[in-house]
Amino acid sequence: MFTHLLPIVKARTGITAKVIAQGTGQALETARRGDADVVFVHDPEAEARFVAEGHGIRRQLVMYNDFVLVGPAADPAGVKGREVLPALQAIRRGQRLFVSRGDKSGTHQAELRLWKEAGIEVNAATDRWYRAVGQGMGPALNIAAASDAYILTDRATWISFLNKAGLVLLVEGDRRLHNQYSLILVNPERHPEARSAEGLRFIDFLLSPEGQQEIARFRVEGQQLFFPNASLTQ
Amino acid sequence: MEQQASAWALVLSGDPALYAIVGLSLGVSLGATLLAALLGAPLGALIALSRFPGRQAVVVMLNALMGLPPVVVGLAVYLLLSRSGPLGEWGLLFTPSAMVVTQTILVLPIIAALSRQTIEDLWQEYREELAAMGVGPVRRIRTLLWDARFSLVTALLAGFGRAAAEVGSIIIVGGNIEGYTRTMTTTIALETSKGNLPLAMGLGMILLCIVLAVNVAAWAVKQVGARFEQ
Repeated sequence: MFTHLLPIVKARTGITAKVIAQGTGQALETARRGDADVVFVHDPEAEARFVAEGHGIRRQLVMYNDFVLVGPAADPAGVKGREVLPALQAIRRGQRLFVSRGDKSGTHQAELRLWKEAGIEVNAATDRWYRAVGQGMGPALNIAAASDAYILTDRATWISFLNKAGLVLLVEGDRRLHNQYSLILVNPERHPEARSAEGLRFIDFLLSPEGQQEIARFRVEGQQLFFPNASLTQ
Repeated sequence: MEQQASAWALVLSGDPALYAIVGLSLGVSLGATLLAALLGAPLGALIALSRFPGRQAVVVMLNALMGLPPVVVGLAVYLLLSRSGPLGEWGLLFTPSAMVVTQTILVLPIIAALSRQTIEDLWQEYREELAAMGVGPVRRIRTLLWDARFSLVTALLAGFGRAAAEVGSIIIVGGNIEGYTRTMTTTIALETSKGNLPLAMGLGMILLCIVLAVNVAAWAVKQVGARFEQ
């Protein structure tokens, strides 16, 4: 999406943003060390911690999409069309292979919350069916595709992913699968070297009607991947 | 196959983004190799000619450093260059310069260790001659390095090969920023993560060809140089 957005940001604000693509956990760590000016993340709890620690200010909702559960077309756990919690319970009951990001990313944290809500305690070290791979969404999807495993992914990565092999989308549309993205400015009082004036302009543009429209316009294979919702900001 | 063809199509169509990526890859890897050679070859020669207690331990240590894990070096350089690290004020993190720094650290032991071996072998031949001429240690090192220069090309190529193939450290300190710190290897990693395996494979083939071209060029220099000598 940034390939679509950045030239527009550059044209409208004069800012050349440099994107370092990391999972939310790693991105917030990078910002905690003062090595980022703005973070664009999706893990409400970790974001709240980051702001409470004084590393970030002005957390704003910017857009959302949703998570989906994908898995082998044969669907041995029989989760197709179900809500996400019963689906996870069925995977657990059948001891079906499940690939987890295992990297403290926003998607990984969302997955862990869902297991918890489903009343299941997963243990990556001892559960043979649960494979925490400690990698990004793409590599994790590659592993799931190669081993016919179930996996939770955000819809944008799923649509853009080109190596789906035998994987198909099985569970979607549950309100628990909502995936909210936020923008946070790195606190200039805590990190004086951060380029906060530019960071603020960058954020303001993405929250402006024009920036929001550009987010909505981004499409892959004809599908809209992200839904702007900055107006809902508290 | 279709997308492998498309990787080559990018080359033939002169895709500017691809050329920028290739240019950055070559620039960073060759820059690191050059820096490492300027430091490593004299260091290797110095160790070859020196006799001091614990020398064997230093030689073993230097050889072991050839196996430095790139992600560890990347992480160490990251912590140094981070804005909250000791060299944070330099503002080098997530720049091509940071990538040259990590690769120099990775390549340096390779060039130093291989130079040490080459110079030590040559020293056995030259020892009496140079001793009879009564030349000082600096001149000795210079003479030996100069006379071994064609053999040292292999050390440089080994170093370059390490740098050109490396992804673990540069993705940490460079950040794989599009149009700025994205190299061939980080692009291949990225395309693999997008599931675009044929394009990733195609780019891998192009990278192999580039490394081959550099090796052919080095071989040619060596051939011409050797002939010129006679």
